[in-house]
Amino acid sequence: MTLEITTARPESALLDLPWSTPLEEWPETYLAALPRGISRHVVRFVKLGPRVLAVKEIKDDIADREYAMLRNLRRLDVPSVEPFGVVHGRATADGEPLDACLITRHLQFSLPYRALYSQNLRPHTAVRLMDALALLLVRLHLEGFWWGDVSLSNTLFRRDAGAFAAYLVDAETGELHTRLSDGQREHDLDIARINIAGELMDLAAGGFLEEQADPFEVSASIIERYHTLWGTLTGTERFESGDRWRVEERIRRLNELGFDVDELSITTDIGGTEIVITPKVVDAGHHSRRLLRLTGLDVGENQARRLLNDLDAYAAATDRQGEDEEIVAHDWLARIYEPVTRAVPRELTGRLEPAEIFHEVLEHRWYMSERAGHDTPIEDALRDYVATVLPAKPEEKAVLGVDTEEMPVISRFD
Amino acid sequence: MPAHPGGHHLYNGSSGTFLPVKEGNEAMATVTFDNATRQYPGNPVPSVDKLNIEIADGEFLVLVGPSGCGKSTSLRMLAGLEEVNGGRILIGDRDVTNLSPKDRDVAMVFQNYALYPHMTVADNMGFALKIAGVDKAEIRKRVEEAAKILDLTPYLDRKPKALSGGQRQRVAMGRAIVRSPQVFLMDEPLSNLDAKLRVQTRTQIASLQRRLGVTTVYVTHDQVEAMTMGDRVAVLKDGILQQCDSPRRMYDHPANVFVAGFIGSPAMNLMEVPVTDGGVDLHGHTVPVAREDLTGVGKNVTLGVRPEDLELSSDQSGIPVTVDVVEELGADAYIYGSTEQKLLEATGENAGAVPFIARVDGRRPPEKGDKIFLKPKSGHVHVFNAESGLRVGD
Ligand SMILES: Nc1ncnc2c1ncn2[C@@H]1O[C@H](COP(=O)(O)OP(=O)(O)OP(=O)(O)O)[C@@H](O)[C@H]1O
Ligand SMILES: Nc1ncnc2c1ncn2[C@@H]1O[C@H](COP(=O)(O)OP(=O)(O)O)[C@@H](O)[C@H]1O
Ligand SMILES: [Mg+2]
Ligand SMILES: [Mg+2]
Repeated sequence: MTLEITTARPESALLDLPWSTPLEEWPETYLAALPRGISRHVVRFVKLGPRVLAVKEIKDDIADREYAMLRNLRRLDVPSVEPFGVVHGRATADGEPLDACLITRHLQFSLPYRALYSQNLRPHTAVRLMDALALLLVRLHLEGFWWGDVSLSNTLFRRDAGAFAAYLVDAETGELHTRLSDGQREHDLDIARINIAGELMDLAAGGFLEEQADPFEVSASIIERYHTLWGTLTGTERFESGDRWRVEERIRRLNELGFDVDELSITTDIGGTEIVITPKVVDAGHHSRRLLRLTGLDVGENQARRLLNDLDAYAAATDRQGEDEEIVAHDWLARIYEPVTRAVPRELTGRLEPAEIFHEVLEHRWYMSERAGHDTPIEDALRDYVATVLPAKPEEKAVLGVDTEEMPVISRFD
Repeated sequence: MPAHPGGHHLYNGSSGTFLPVKEGNEAMATVTFDNATRQYPGNPVPSVDKLNIEIADGEFLVLVGPSGCGKSTSLRMLAGLEEVNGGRILIGDRDVTNLSPKDRDVAMVFQNYALYPHMTVADNMGFALKIAGVDKAEIRKRVEEAAKILDLTPYLDRKPKALSGGQRQRVAMGRAIVRSPQVFLMDEPLSNLDAKLRVQTRTQIASLQRRLGVTTVYVTHDQVEAMTMGDRVAVLKDGILQQCDSPRRMYDHPANVFVAGFIGSPAMNLMEVPVTDGGVDLHGHTVPVAREDLTGVGKNVTLGVRPEDLELSSDQSGIPVTVDVVEELGADAYIYGSTEQKLLEATGENAGAVPFIARVDGRRPPEKGDKIFLKPKSGHVHVFNAESGLRVGD
């Protein structure tokens, strides 16, 4: 049998991996010890030059399908792991055929929920995870993607200015349609509810779940969060023609939620007394796109919101609100943002993403100011944060000090 | 939660749709497709066109057909995942056409299951009942019953880590079973298993279904799987039901040329032959067919003979076949060869060499390159209208 590697980024080092060995038996020298969620297939993280890849051993046709699906999702710009390649034609030295491998890039700074739960947690973590997952599900559904296996294990979380951003990691069961029926959306929600309840009950059985979180309530809450969000994003509103400000108001509300309105249908009745509006095309990433345009920074939606607020505050404080936005943004980047993120000692840069550190420094300044009863300069807040807060945080870029035994990978068939 | 005589409603995790939790005896879980139609927007023709099937309580019905024929769409219409554009779908006497998936009491099973490492096998099987608010004693009872059926009783208090792969798979099945759905739906559940495990799991599912007696609709593109598992098999082509019968009846009385060629492995030999007095003419040999069946069929019909319904003729009459490959299987041997399609009076055309398969006595099989003559065993031919493809006579 001949080894066949399909990848968008040909990389000769891929050929050096021990493809003729079952993934479960790969020598440790190749592996990166990273935590992962519960899964039926064998999944391992592999070091390849400067990057870390996730390798999943899976049936040949499903590997191709999942690879293609992940590529579609990237094209649609929904948050998901990045497909890297598929390896077919594997066989052991004795000629026994082995399953294919699906390769994705390890999502930097992402946390599987079980790793999150083995750290010291802020309260309401479970609830914040539900918020992130509900948003992800809405975004997937807006694009016509039916997931079919919604769960915490099939999601990765990134810190996003105190909240979390969710990324899809397992597209094995997914289907892409032009439009989803209500039944299909409800189906995904019910899958989510049962899976999440099971996952949280398992955490509780292991003594990891925060005490105030009830697996039943938390898992059921995703449904309500989802419906509220879906309603705001797609619902039809009617009002008197005198209340035209409500069109602007709707768009502002969607922007605040992080969505741009690319198409809005506005109709009036024959007499022109009533106006009916329905958002037709909404596009997530309102804040992150704006920040990217102004500063070139590519960060999470909440982080972007936070940074933009700070930019506005900077413009106000320096009395430059009337000036060209891009020039002010350029100065803010050079004078405020970069000095803060650059001040982090090298050995601590793997703890958190730069934008998250910036967010935490702002938070820290707020606490310090409150305690002191007056404004604290950001330089002081930064110094104190780097000295006292950051060193106590775990490394989240790649290697976490978590016992991966707690997250065993369950292969489907031995 | 919506009221239903079945009691609570439950959802069966990553494995699929909605499961009811039964309390005591249920109403009859028959399933009726009544002219059910699904046309996707933008498609010129329906993907499922006026489907009519009545599935009995406890029956194992298999939907089979080539890729794209509408099997999955039919199943998803029943699950409530696809809109029904015309006709109705009933479960028992309930019209579920416009019900949301979770109000239908159907369960899509055996798809994706991950087991939770900190929970015992019993908890892994019963947790969804807990979510539905079923009381502890009742959960334990059902879990124990399911464990017994699945040979898992000794492992109930262990963690999944201590189980073998096959046992883990059975725990996953147990999750669906404890919730006693009214109808099980399975869409190619074996498609990601390797060949060996596939055959093994196939038998397991079929015998489990019989013991549980839960009405089941099963989708596969593999006719062998369909014929070995189903009480009845429904063959679909281009969104249209071709035939729905027991495997035996389907095999012995295919309703049309498509079913005749699709069901059975190796496939039935099909050839166009002229109609004569008292039957049809097969290379000078008259195969008797009742006169009344042949009225109005035209000059030619399509004749079908299964490979095992042929015998070697000693007198050089019958179908002349040139042997290409002989596959010896002990008592039997399969001959793969070709025959010259005879000049047909109607068209005057020669169809040339067409493939032909026959099963012969394995003790004295012909050899590669031999020219042999085969005759259908009497009463074992299938006659189809050459134009409509429909079966002629019984
Ligand atoms: N690109 C990636 N970056 C980070 N983590 C990853 C990546 N790919 C996989 N993982 C981790 O591996 C785990 C298992 O992967 P995945 O869900 O794809 O496996 P699976 O066997 O298909 O799961 P399931 O049993 O849900 O079908 C995930 O929960 C995630 O924690
Ligand atoms: N979401 C969809 N949108 C448009 N057409 C579809 C969709 N799903 C299925 N179809 C069409 O319906 C037909 C039947 O599909 P399907 O039920 O998946 O077939 P099967 O399960 O028999 O392979 C396909 O040929 C396809 O063209
Ligand atoms: Mg997974
Ligand atoms: Mg998966």
